[in-house]
Amino acid sequence: MAKSIAQEFTKGLWNEIPPFRLVLGLCPVLGVTTSMENGIGMGLATTFVLLCSNILVSLLRSIIPAKVRIACFIIIIATFVIVVELMMQAYAYGLYQSLGVFIPLIVVNCIVLGRAEAFASKNSIIPSMADGLGIGIGFTMSLAALGAVREILGKGGLTIWKGIEINQIFGASYLPFDFMVQAPGAFIALGLMLCMMNLVGKK
Amino acid sequence: MKEMIKMVVVLTILSSFSGGLLAKLKDGTKDRIEMQELELVKGPAVRSIMEGATNDPVSDRFKITDGDVEHSIFVGVFESEPSVVALETFGSGYGDKVGVMIAVNVNDDKIVGLGVTTHKETPGLGGNAKDDPSFGAQFKGLTLGEPIKVTKDGGNINAIGGATITSRGVCSAATQAGTIYKNIKPQVVAKLKDFK
Repeated sequence: MAKSIAQEFTKGLWNEIPPFRLVLGLCPVLGVTTSMENGIGMGLATTFVLLCSNILVSLLRSIIPAKVRIACFIIIIATFVIVVELMMQAYAYGLYQSLGVFIPLIVVNCIVLGRAEAFASKNSIIPSMADGLGIGIGFTMSLAALGAVREILGKGGLTIWKGIEINQIFGASYLPFDFMVQAPGAFIALGLMLCMMNLVGKK
Repeated sequence: MKEMIKMVVVLTILSSFSGGLLAKLKDGTKDRIEMQELELVKGPAVRSIMEGATNDPVSDRFKITDGDVEHSIFVGVFESEPSVVALETFGSGYGDKVGVMIAVNVNDDKIVGLGVTTHKETPGLGGNAKDDPSFGAQFKGLTLGEPIKVTKDGGNINAIGGATITSRGVCSAATQAGTIYKNIKPQVVAKLKDFK
C-alpha cells in the first residue's frame, strides 16, 4: 500500500486527473474555461488551496476529533480560499473580475474536501503535500486544456498569459464558433476530451 | 463528555485562529484593493465623464463623511477653476447593485456627466448602461437633487431597450446622489476653497 512520494504526485497528473478521470469538480471546470487564461488562474488558485489545506489537515489529523472533522476541514479550506480571494483582488484584479463568483466557490469544490478527507487526514505531511500538488497541477492542466480548446474554436485565437497571444490560428477567413465559449460549448468540449482520454487510456 | 469538550475546544481554536488571520490579511490588503478598484473600475469612469478637465480627477480626490458613511469625491478642474465634483452611488439593478459615478458642477448643481462603474447586468441589455454612452449622456444638464426618473415613471430619461430595471436602478442611484450631494455640499465647497 505504501506508494512512493513520486507516485503520489504523478497519480494526479494522469491516473486520477480530477475532471477527466474522476469527473469531479465540474462546476468550475465548465464555468470558467471560456479562455485559457481564466483556466490557468482558477487552476492555480485551487492548487494553492489544495496544497495548503492538505498540509494543515495532515498536521492536525491527530488533534481533529472524528465527529467534527468535516467542519474543521471546511474552516481550514475556507480560510485559504479567502486568502486567495483577497490576494487576487489586490494583485490580479482583472483575473478576479473574470473569475468572479467561482473563487469563493472553491470552498465547496469537492476535489479539495475530497483530498482532505480521503488522503490528508490519513497520511503524513510529505505524501499529503505531494498529493495536493499533483492533483492541483492536474486540475490546472485540465482547465487550461479545456480553456484552450474552447478559446481556439470559439474565438479563433489564444491568449496564453497576459500579452502572449496567438491570433487567427485558422487564418483570417475563419468564422469562430460562438457557442464554444458559451455554456453548451463547455459540455461538448468536456465530452470530447473525456472521449479522447478514454481512447488513449485504453491502449 | 471529554470528547464533547475536545470538539468544542478544537473548533473554537481553529475558528478564532482563522478569523484572526483573515482580519489581519484583510486589513493588510485593504489599501491595495482600493487602489486597484480605483484604477481599473472607478478611474476610467471618472476620467470619461470629466472629459476636458485640466487636472487628473482620479488623483485629486478627497473623502467626506456624511453621518457614518464615507464618500470619495473626485475633483475636476475646468478653466482653471475646481468647479466639478464626482461621487459614486449605487442603485439596485437586475443582477446586483449598479454603481453610478456622477459628476456635478457645484456652481449651478447641474449634472456634467454620468457613467456606470461596477455592475452585474446582462451583457447586451442592462450592460449597455455602461457600454452605450448615449444613455449616460441623457443625464447631462439635469439638476442634481431633483428626482430623476425614466419616461415610463413620468421622468425624462429614455430607458435602455429591454432593460427597464437597470435604467430605473441608474435613475434611483442618480436621485440618491442628489440627496447625498445636498447633505455634503457645504463640506465640499469648503474643501474646494482650499483646493489650490
